Amino acid sequence: MIPYLPTTESDRQAMLGAIGVKSVDDLFADIPKEFRDPALNLPAPLSELELKRELQRKAAKNANGDEWAYFLGAGSYRHFIPSVVWNLVKRSEFLTAYTPYQPEISQGVLQASYEFQSLCCQLLNMEVANLGMYDGATAFAEAALMACRLTKRSAVRALSTVSPRYIEVLRTYAVPQGISVEIVEAETARGGPEVACLMVQSPNFHGQIEEMERLAKATHGEGSLFVVSTDPIAMGLLRPPGDYGADIAVAEGQSLGVPMSFGGPYVGIFTCKSAHLRQMPGRIVGKTVDGKGTTGYVLTLQTREQHIRRERATSNICTSETLIAIANAVYMAALGKWGMRRVAELCYHKAHYAASQIAQIPGYAVASGGVFFKEFVVRCPVSPSEINKSLRARKIVGGLDISSGRAPNSMLVCVTEVNTKGEIDSLVEGLREAAHGR
Amino acid sequence: MNPKELRYSKEHEWVRMEKDGTATIGITHYAQEQLGDVVYVDLPEKGKALIQFKKFGEIESVKAVSDLFAPVSGEIAAVNAGLKETPELVNTDPYGKGWMLKVKLRDKVELNNLMDSQAYDLLLQETA
Amino acid sequence: MEDKRRLLMDRSQPGRRGTTLPLCDVPESALPNARHLRDNLPMPEVSEPEIVRYFTHLSQLNYGVDTGFYPLGSCTMKYNPKLHEDAASLPGFANIHPLLEGDLSQGALQLMHELQQALAEIAGLHRCSLPPVAGAHGEYAGMHVIRAAQIARGQGHRKTVIIPDSAHGTNPATAAMCGFQVASVPADGDGNMDLGKLREALAGGDVVALMITLPSTLGLFDRNIVEICRIVHAAGGYVYGDGANLNALLGRVKMGQLGFDVVHMNLHKTFTTPHGGGGPGSGAISVSRELASFCATPVVTFRNGRYQLETPDKSFGRISTFHGNFGNLVRAYCYVRMLGAAGLREVSGNAVLHANYIQAKLKKTFGLAYQRHCMHEVVFSPTHFKKHGVRSLDVAKRLIDYGYHPPTMYFPLVVEEALMVEPTETETKETLDSFIEAMEKIADEVRTSPQVLHDAPHNSPVGRLDEARAARQPDLRWRKAV
Repeated sequence: MIPYLPTTESDRQAMLGAIGVKSVDDLFADIPKEFRDPALNLPAPLSELELKRELQRKAAKNANGDEWAYFLGAGSYRHFIPSVVWNLVKRSEFLTAYTPYQPEISQGVLQASYEFQSLCCQLLNMEVANLGMYDGATAFAEAALMACRLTKRSAVRALSTVSPRYIEVLRTYAVPQGISVEIVEAETARGGPEVACLMVQSPNFHGQIEEMERLAKATHGEGSLFVVSTDPIAMGLLRPPGDYGADIAVAEGQSLGVPMSFGGPYVGIFTCKSAHLRQMPGRIVGKTVDGKGTTGYVLTLQTREQHIRRERATSNICTSETLIAIANAVYMAALGKWGMRRVAELCYHKAHYAASQIAQIPGYAVASGGVFFKEFVVRCPVSPSEINKSLRARKIVGGLDISSGRAPNSMLVCVTEVNTKGEIDSLVEGLREAAHGR
Repeated sequence: MNPKELRYSKEHEWVRMEKDGTATIGITHYAQEQLGDVVYVDLPEKGKALIQFKKFGEIESVKAVSDLFAPVSGEIAAVNAGLKETPELVNTDPYGKGWMLKVKLRDKVELNNLMDSQAYDLLLQETA
Repeated sequence: MEDKRRLLMDRSQPGRRGTTLPLCDVPESALPNARHLRDNLPMPEVSEPEIVRYFTHLSQLNYGVDTGFYPLGSCTMKYNPKLHEDAASLPGFANIHPLLEGDLSQGALQLMHELQQALAEIAGLHRCSLPPVAGAHGEYAGMHVIRAAQIARGQGHRKTVIIPDSAHGTNPATAAMCGFQVASVPADGDGNMDLGKLREALAGGDVVALMITLPSTLGLFDRNIVEICRIVHAAGGYVYGDGANLNALLGRVKMGQLGFDVVHMNLHKTFTTPHGGGGPGSGAISVSRELASFCATPVVTFRNGRYQLETPDKSFGRISTFHGNFGNLVRAYCYVRMLGAAGLREVSGNAVLHANYIQAKLKKTFGLAYQRHCMHEVVFSPTHFKKHGVRSLDVAKRLIDYGYHPPTMYFPLVVEEALMVEPTETETKETLDSFIEAMEKIADEVRTSPQVLHDAPHNSPVGRLDEARAARQPDLRWRKAV
């Protein structure tokens, strides 16, 4: 008997008797007979013990960040996660609850969500936040749709330095709605009378900090909105989007206490100016009182959403990645004022140390110009893919191969607080060897 | 219950002719009761045109959105700014402080397309 | 008395820390120019034990499946096995980067590949695509596939998506996000789709697809489903299956064999990845052979003894940053491997048995929308309580006093005073009987003491909250008290 299925044969007979049918199969009589009970070709069931062994076998084939030194980022990052985060988040009252439709018995999820919204606003210096989108790329794409609704325009511009994956997802979301996506260079980027928004990532895909003040002015001057995607870890050190007047600011929440988990689940942080609130997609939690004046929290401004406005909703999203959002909230609480700053500084110093060491290896160059945070581009003497293969002997996962016709043999290197000096020095040695080995 | 001097549409909007020739419009007591607690009223700006029986805005309660339909055509002369901060005026005083727009009528003949209070009361009886 | 719900920023005391970090073991570099640096960082300063007590207290204000019976219709709140949590937390799954080279992630890719095959087999379709990270995201991916296929066959001018009026709001919202308009079709007197109205909607030749939930949101299996698929195909449309209610059909029927072209599966419902207070979910889709090459990037393929990520030939594009909610894919994989074909069939059998048992016991007292056997959930329609001044909302709130999570209320929208109960297969008969008893007691109270219902819940951390105030004066974040 399967441990999750408690119904015994005698239970079954008693229930069938109450229903007034002979067998469970009778309850499926509405299914046309010729399609009923098809053969189902699945592997034979396993016991818990066997399944655990099978899982461990599979897990062991992957290069995990506990055992390997990572220099790979590009949208997902190996950051330190304090034990307090998942010990709290995995409490089953959070883990096994549904969307808090019944606020009287969901105050835990609701208040934790309000904390998430508050801390996101403070970290990005924005006025309001929602309870999260699916991930950074979908938050970015939804920001474009929102900007088009707000301005009643149907063209968006994005800098060429935005993550290519974010641009791909943006196109997926934009095209069916007749929204055009134009890729522009930072030097000449600006808004325009037909342009809903200029979309900027900073630190950008190559790790560099964009000239946000200038870009914001060049956008607002034309009545376009300024949409920013940022790295929440960088916010411990760098100026937040609210400081230079971003209308919508989004971020990938994975860095804030969430394991890389081969790409998800993550959460897309989504914030905006309060004037734009009614066009915001997603769930929002608000504070209110009960009949006795006791403070409580509820899902609010729901008329924006699909379950009420249906085809006229601000988005079809029904999920908020609540559990991941709570993990973000606990992480921000644990790191706090001191820790958020310290993590950002550690990333910055270690990345700059790595870059300076790599720049000294004959045949390698660090792409110059501008200021970078925790990622930077290295021009290599040979193909980064080849280099990465040779780094495996050192149990190092090298940077992302971003070679292109314009920039051959380019590697996007990421260094975080998790990387020790020993790991960085080993990477430098490995790169040196790889150059000689060609 | 429904003021005698007003005209009413099937969509439960009312019109009051003011002395200066403009028309004030809002939603009826019945409509606000059906909606429940009004939390937001989305109204067009001053100067925009209304067309009789066409949608001109939206009204939201906690868990519903309804379209607002213009009972008359004309140009918007004033918008009730008070509804922005206190949309509940639509609940507490639908024929008074809960008014929505003042309109310069395009054609008074359109008023003939509306009901008087007696006809509207009858409509409500039938609906019930 | 100490306010245990004080917000983090209100607890903050200068100098407190909630974590430790290593010293900097490399020479420090000069920080960027001041114009790039922030002036202040308004984050809380709290100690680790405070954080633990605070969030532990919050968790205690919350009700989950592990707390008790959670018969929330359309949400499939079944038990979430603990093994799954351990599995997803293995460092070889949790602590791996999505852009690892294939050689370094063969185990993860293999797991995804095996899950793709299992889900496609369960759906009776050709290929499964794992990137969608939620049910509505699955719908969105599925409608993108259909859109791409219609364009490829020269039918890109088609704009209408037909959706039953009982559908979940995500269906019309998804159609609109894909640039389509919605035509709504009602149910007939038995709760099946009105075929006459469907034919009318198809007549214009403008139909892109029908989006239909099976069993429907009314908890019913549409007896005409094969005919429905046939006439939609004949009119040049595709049939999109919303698999939100797949728990009723596991191993009983393959939707692909009925004529569906695309089906999404909510891994957070049917395949029991925990709901997490509203997410993360996972919304894998399966598609027919004809549509396979239009799927989102990436899919996992197996060639020359190696697993790899690939972009299908005519892929509509990318739908999320990486390859989907892998953590939830691990959990769903565990479920399929532990239950096998016979186990999954037992799941649907018991889910449907339990729902019909509750229906049989309570239909007289609470009234039904449709007089027929239900599938995995039953929709009551206690309109007769209104004469006592009692609404379904009051019944729901009173159930909290009896220790249960309320059913879904007022959905589907087309059923007056709807109370939708989905017991799932993981509950014991004893639990179902206690719930039935509580419901009957509440029905007595409707007549004898309606005020008790109006005032409910009586023992929860807060009473009924003022939602109008929350919407009128939005307070969405902490601010310093003045």
